[in-house]
Amino acid sequence: MNKDSNMKQEYTITVYTENHVGLLNRIAIMFSRRKINIESLNTSPSEIEGIHRFTIVIHETVEVVRKLTRQVEKQVDVLKAYYNTNDEIVWQELALYKVPTDVIAEKAKVERLLREHGARAVVIRKDYTIFETSGHREETDKLISVLEPFGLIEFVRSARVAIIKNSSGFHEKLKEFEMDEPGEEIVENEYLDKGKDVFVM
Amino acid sequence: MQTIEAKTTLDINKQEVENITGSEAVLKALLAEGVDTIFGYPGGAIMPIYDALYDYTDRLNHILVRHEQGGIHAAQGYARTSGRPGVVFATSGPGATNLVTGLADAMIDSTPVVCVTGQVFAHLLGTDAFQETDVINITTPVTKWNYQVTDASEIPGVLAKAFYIAKSGRPGPVLIDITKNAQIQQFEYKGYQPCNHIRSYRPRPLIRKAYIEEAARLINAAERPFVIFGQGVILGKAETEFKAFIEKGGIPAAWTILGLSALPTDHPLNVGMLGMHGNYGPNVLTNECDVLIAVGMRFDDRVTGRLDKYAKQAKVIHLDIDPAEIDKNVKATVPVWGDCKETLPMLTALLEQKVYPLWLNRFHDCTKKEIDTVIHAELNPTQEIMTMGEVIRELNEITGGDAVIVTDVGQHQMVACRYAKFNQSKSNVTSGGLGTMGFALPAAIGAKFGAKDRDVVAIIGDGGLQMTLQELGTVMQSKVDIKIIILNNRYLGMVRQWQQLFNDKRYSFVDIESPDFVALAKSYRIDGRCVSHRSALKSAMKEMMAHRGAYLLEIMVGKENNVFPMVPQGCGVGEIRLS
Repeated sequence: MNKDSNMKQEYTITVYTENHVGLLNRIAIMFSRRKINIESLNTSPSEIEGIHRFTIVIHETVEVVRKLTRQVEKQVDVLKAYYNTNDEIVWQELALYKVPTDVIAEKAKVERLLREHGARAVVIRKDYTIFETSGHREETDKLISVLEPFGLIEFVRSARVAIIKNSSGFHEKLKEFEMDEPGEEIVENEYLDKGKDVFVM
Repeated sequence: MQTIEAKTTLDINKQEVENITGSEAVLKALLAEGVDTIFGYPGGAIMPIYDALYDYTDRLNHILVRHEQGGIHAAQGYARTSGRPGVVFATSGPGATNLVTGLADAMIDSTPVVCVTGQVFAHLLGTDAFQETDVINITTPVTKWNYQVTDASEIPGVLAKAFYIAKSGRPGPVLIDITKNAQIQQFEYKGYQPCNHIRSYRPRPLIRKAYIEEAARLINAAERPFVIFGQGVILGKAETEFKAFIEKGGIPAAWTILGLSALPTDHPLNVGMLGMHGNYGPNVLTNECDVLIAVGMRFDDRVTGRLDKYAKQAKVIHLDIDPAEIDKNVKATVPVWGDCKETLPMLTALLEQKVYPLWLNRFHDCTKKEIDTVIHAELNPTQEIMTMGEVIRELNEITGGDAVIVTDVGQHQMVACRYAKFNQSKSNVTSGGLGTMGFALPAAIGAKFGAKDRDVVAIIGDGGLQMTLQELGTVMQSKVDIKIIILNNRYLGMVRQWQQLFNDKRYSFVDIESPDFVALAKSYRIDGRCVSHRSALKSAMKEMMAHRGAYLLEIMVGKENNVFPMVPQGCGVGEIRLS
């Protein structure tokens, strides 16, 4: 195996599922069983009503991620699972920052910094103000260090949500899934795309 | 789509809609699925189902086991000999947690089992009610699918799904947890519709012709092709297709422990068993073949030994129904995803009719070497104390290879699997993946119900029997005609063997005392006998097989005998030891 396949990097696993109780646990334990730490996990509705979408971030080698994704996809209530590197997706995380209002009001510098980091005020109260920003981890992290000297009271960041760049969504696939004999389109086979590599190995 | 739905609703309305309880719906579902036998144990939270069962005993045979673990192992044995899902009833809390070992066993050995557990009333969930456990979460990693029912109207649909999931694709255990209120609740029963499609579940991957063609090309060009096959052949009911495949290709074939009996032992192309205690030839020649064709097997570590020394020279063709198995342990050159019942004939059609006399001779040479160094002495010992191997040899002579052999876990299991003769499929029942001691006695009970007209012989060690010996009570009460052979070496033999070979004979807690097994059996009104001399072996075995009803035969064997050949852990298959 070449070096790349042994290199750990960030992967985002996208899982389309039925919306059933207990499925979160069923998926989560597949990672913990292999002692893989989930860096971030988000569940949300998808583009299709009734179909859920998990976005899971882990730091692993491509070998591990590929095997794991297949095991996830094997689960009865899972329709499809994909794994992608960071350059194959567009992703965001949302962060909230609570800071004392008087500091903001007094120091013009803070206002400028917030604006530079694309932060928006969500709530302004007499005693505190909550700002919101979204972006990649480094971006939301940067604002923490910027706000810390001004008395950051609370900080929280959401899980990653990601869109796969070259995905055309799930609508067409779902139609196929609902058929008794799904066609080749949905029963994707990663070998097919690199058939030559497979047979000369 | 809508019109179809509307029409179905109309049809249903035309039928007489009856009100039944959730419990009755469970039993109606079982009948609709063709279930004839249930293994179970009642308790508080499943009482409504047992109450309904009272009126169904003419149609459903319920076997009262002595422990829920016995119940699920029996269901596994039933599934393995009948090819149909085994069914288990258990109550909530401890009843359900006692199923966990069996679920894990069925999961790793792909055995179709449907468990129905009672659960506390829905309004009590999460209150630490009496006998409440979170069964769904406890069993999630050891079930193919599980589901909690809190409303009776869900029952027909959920059970239909349960049976479909348990038996389709790569089979496995399913658990349905039903709260007591749902069991009692009356609902409008609209009949039972079997399930044959779940949109998020694809039991059979799409077969790709290109891969089959490529696989055929590789096989046709091979000089030393080698087939290794597992339980997938049996689960896929593809024994005939498999035989046709190896016969046309002229390819030697070796079985995994769960593949045993998928091909008759005597078949000229059957070269024996793979794995840690498998035969010499199949292990060594795995590293000499040029094309390795794996059919319905998953390259377990007990089969492969050290992966970086496994079949590195070979092109690997892997036929499996479970896409997650491809490339999991051994990289496939050509993956053939699909049900081997379908893929094997497609592949066979493209094969050239061939024979490999020189290559096959290599296997025969290895067999000869193994006979000379291991097998002959094991089957025809000269020392006074008996060997496990000679017991199996005697058994073969009496049964002719027609019996179902159920084994527990340990030395006796390896010896039985190495030497037992099989004429027909579904004849070997053993705990392969999980290695569950205590499996054999209850599994043999189930195996007998799954194959009523066949002889069922359980071969168990003195340690394993003591793990589930309470099921002798089930044998007694349900008059289960099984033959129980205890191979007693007064040790936990396999662990002792490892301690001898790898821990300088530091025999740490392997010295196990046993009760008087014959007297124990007698207390359960089961006849039996103990044999410690070779002179009595044959007659005792004949007496056992001729006996009407259950029989227990304890056979005293060598205390410190070892099972060889052996691929020591951490070694490659080529480093197999003959002594």
